[in-house]
Amino acid sequence: MAAPDHWTLLEVLRYRLGLTGSKQGCDKGDCGACTVLIEGRPVLSCLTLAARCQGLRVTTIEGLMPAHRAAGGEGADPVQEAFDRCGALQCGFCQPGMILSARALLNESPSPTREEIRAALAGNLCRCTGYTQIVQAVELCLAEAVGAEPPAPAWAPEANPWKTAPPKTRRPGAEKPERPERPERKGEG
Amino acid sequence: MSARDVHGPGPPWPEGFRVIGQAHPKIDGIAKATGIALYTDDLVLPGMLHAKILRSTRAHARIVRIDLDAARALTGVHGIVTGRDMPIPYGVIPWTPDENALAVDKVRFIGDEVVAVAAVDEDTANAALKLIRVEYEDLHAFFDPEEALHTPEPQIHEQTPEQKAKGHKGNVSKHVRLEFGDVDAALAASEVEVEDDYEFHGTTHTPIEPHCALAQYAPDGVLTVWSSTQITHYVQRTLARVLELPESKVRVIQPCLGGAFGGKSDPFALEFVVAKLAMITGRPVKCLWTREEVFYAHRGRHPMRMHYRTGATRAGKITAVDARILIDGGSYSSFGLVTTYYSGQLLTGPYHFPAYRFESTRVFTNKPPCGPKRGHGSVQPRFAFEVQLDQLAERLDVDPIELRRRNFQGENVATVNGQRVTSNGFLACLDAVERASGWRSRRGRLPFGHGLGIAGSMYITGTNYPVYPNPMPQAGVQIKVDRSGLVTVFTGGNDIGQGSNSVCRFIAAEELGLDPSDVRVVAADTDLCPVDLGAYSSRVTFMVGNALIDACRKLRAKLVAALAESWKVEPARVGLGLGLAYDREDPARKLTMREAIQLAETRFDTLGETGSYNTPALGGDYRGGTIGASPAYSFTAHVVEVRVDPETGRITVENCWIAHDCGRALNPMLVAGQMEGSAYMGIAEALLEDHGVNRFGLHAGPSLLDYRIPTSVDTPELHALIVESLDPEGPYGAKEAGEGPLHPSIPAISNAVFDAVGIRLKRLPFTPAKVLAALRERRTSERGAGAVPARAARDREGSC
Repeated sequence: MAAPDHWTLLEVLRYRLGLTGSKQGCDKGDCGACTVLIEGRPVLSCLTLAARCQGLRVTTIEGLMPAHRAAGGEGADPVQEAFDRCGALQCGFCQPGMILSARALLNESPSPTREEIRAALAGNLCRCTGYTQIVQAVELCLAEAVGAEPPAPAWAPEANPWKTAPPKTRRPGAEKPERPERPERKGEG
Repeated sequence: MSARDVHGPGPPWPEGFRVIGQAHPKIDGIAKATGIALYTDDLVLPGMLHAKILRSTRAHARIVRIDLDAARALTGVHGIVTGRDMPIPYGVIPWTPDENALAVDKVRFIGDEVVAVAAVDEDTANAALKLIRVEYEDLHAFFDPEEALHTPEPQIHEQTPEQKAKGHKGNVSKHVRLEFGDVDAALAASEVEVEDDYEFHGTTHTPIEPHCALAQYAPDGVLTVWSSTQITHYVQRTLARVLELPESKVRVIQPCLGGAFGGKSDPFALEFVVAKLAMITGRPVKCLWTREEVFYAHRGRHPMRMHYRTGATRAGKITAVDARILIDGGSYSSFGLVTTYYSGQLLTGPYHFPAYRFESTRVFTNKPPCGPKRGHGSVQPRFAFEVQLDQLAERLDVDPIELRRRNFQGENVATVNGQRVTSNGFLACLDAVERASGWRSRRGRLPFGHGLGIAGSMYITGTNYPVYPNPMPQAGVQIKVDRSGLVTVFTGGNDIGQGSNSVCRFIAAEELGLDPSDVRVVAADTDLCPVDLGAYSSRVTFMVGNALIDACRKLRAKLVAALAESWKVEPARVGLGLGLAYDREDPARKLTMREAIQLAETRFDTLGETGSYNTPALGGDYRGGTIGASPAYSFTAHVVEVRVDPETGRITVENCWIAHDCGRALNPMLVAGQMEGSAYMGIAEALLEDHGVNRFGLHAGPSLLDYRIPTSVDTPELHALIVESLDPEGPYGAKEAGEGPLHPSIPAISNAVFDAVGIRLKRLPFTPAKVLAALRERRTSERGAGAVPARAARDREGSC
């Protein structure tokens, strides 16, 4: 990969590799929309010189689903599915970075508290959601990972909308659920 | 079927709703989650050039000379344009065309656009900007709206002869004075009166996606512009006007949009610049603004200085409200004409005003231009008035929720300014937040430093005032039916993240008996989609939703007729739902919707329908009476719980209960997302954000580090409580949810701070310094007068 010396990792990802899932929101390390994982740790790609990433394993938002599939899973990464199921994606612009920060948290910590979730996502600014449905998505992931029922949102006190996992979020190695609750979606915008 | 048909709040089939009312995921959610959704800056065209814009370093100056020679000579530069290349002025409101794509002979704020360069890459374009020399002749610059109001010269905008003839003052952008009933007499007769001053600062939208536009000019004369806009239709019209092209030769497409909140609802310089440079160079041109440039583009919340007098009876019934408002418009009109009206027109609910007067004056200053931010024009007066209501409750020693109940205007009423209010769930909103927050056992009883505050509000669901008056539908849709069983909805509506495309999917699936995954939506492409006016005024779900129901009902009738004919049964026996067509009296007889569609296509030929919506005649019979007239109003109440540290002056919001009457929640998860996002944004405006300039007119901090929007740890627990009043004219009874729930956050915080520590915060933002000053002032005045300390704080301060 050839690129000018002064180019950041974000520039190389977006303009050389065509990996436009990593977003540019401020280009100076304030917003977190450009977050990628380097060796599994969340890093701001707009503040990282591309040249310094040689030989390192970089995961962008585009890489999560293939990795999940390669490990025998179906659908997208459970974090991506949970963000979708919880309505956490409004404009969606901050979410590639947010989802990678959440993925890194879940990889490292099996049962973070709500405060720890909020702290882990504090480097990713979201302007749409008020963070509530984002935190709920991470908690949904955590609950499903251990087969627990996720907390119900305030707006649905009677019927928890997130009780049943959709079939395609099946984790690698997990048994296929017996009755699919929801049809497959076709990615569409 | 006429455009103004009302479809009613319920489903006209016996099975009830099968899609509506459920928490289905969004149509584009998984595409956004996996990074494949394409936003404007993700688009690349072969041979594409990159444009950068040179901005004014002067707050107010005449342009004497621009020297472009060195920039033109730079290798890699392909085109340069200045204001003289596009001299036709425009404005999103056609009555106030005071903007140019690039400054023609004057700059009006630090950051105003002057020259644009297209080059092979951004680095080269930036290098070219450094070679451009602009000679300015400075003019006196205005940063204080009071000074601008009283100083007519130099004029920031030259007045037209017509304005001069009308006696317009030099730097006044718009003046509105409206009186309903005899306010002076009502105030004179009132038993209690509260009078005070309030101040709202400037705040800005801060979408995480910076503005971006990409243009291509084809040899056949068709200009295509992809833009991060929330008003595709108005951008198309304005590009055609400024570039002197027929509208039919301008195609505007909005790709995925990374947030807007009103900040992308004007035509912006970059759209004209990429278009013109593409026409000049014959190559595609893209321009992506930096974060700093987004702050200069602004169009955010207008700073307002507000004076309110409210009269009431001893029983706590409002008798009259009198408001005087000075609005700081910044350097251009934008939506300012509407803002000036909204600052008064949208206050006349959810409470009954027997008499009401407002006098609002918007002035120009040499600052980034203000415009419509979420809750356009009405968040500021709502703050002032809801704090004043709390002051009235204090004076009368009435519970603040009870005071609001006593003044509730009711359902199906006309407001004092002639607006028609239909459904109104405000009382249920008050009940919901009172219950959820434990108000009755906690308000006034928490330890010193802890408090609860209430506020209410009302907001429009679209307006019957299209920005250019015309009798055509405000929203149109078209549906195409494929033999595969797929239905595609084409809508001009702009999905800005609020989920309007998803709402189209849910409605079409409900109406046509389809699984939601068998509905796709093509939106916001002026070549492909019927006109919708855009995503502003909380209008899209209501108007596009109604237009879509209109189209779907026509198509459903054909599907049902074809099935009834084939099955030789009465049409009333044919049911459609979740992918199946079936005989209601013989459930064994059924077809998939794919088969049903093929049957109907055989019977009726190629299937497709259009639908449209227009508002009924609304508004008061006076000049400006239609501004603020809406087919339906949403209502909101918040209770906010705060903690105030009397040592540091820091306010922490711990909980916010948000009850919002959205009519019917078409998808409660999406409604909750709007409510939470709105409340978050309001809380941020109250406590953190401040969009100001320094004494030279330079932006105080155009970055996401200096302009402090809340992170996940700054945001309190938000509890969304949905109230459904079922509006008679909304699609299935739905009203807006995207803007109303912002309003009460801000006054509710002020009112909660009063409950916590006994001070009234009337000037935004509520910084620690202001809290400490108010606490000091209260202690001093209590000591000096030997007065009884404020009721809310007295008992508890000693116990702490």
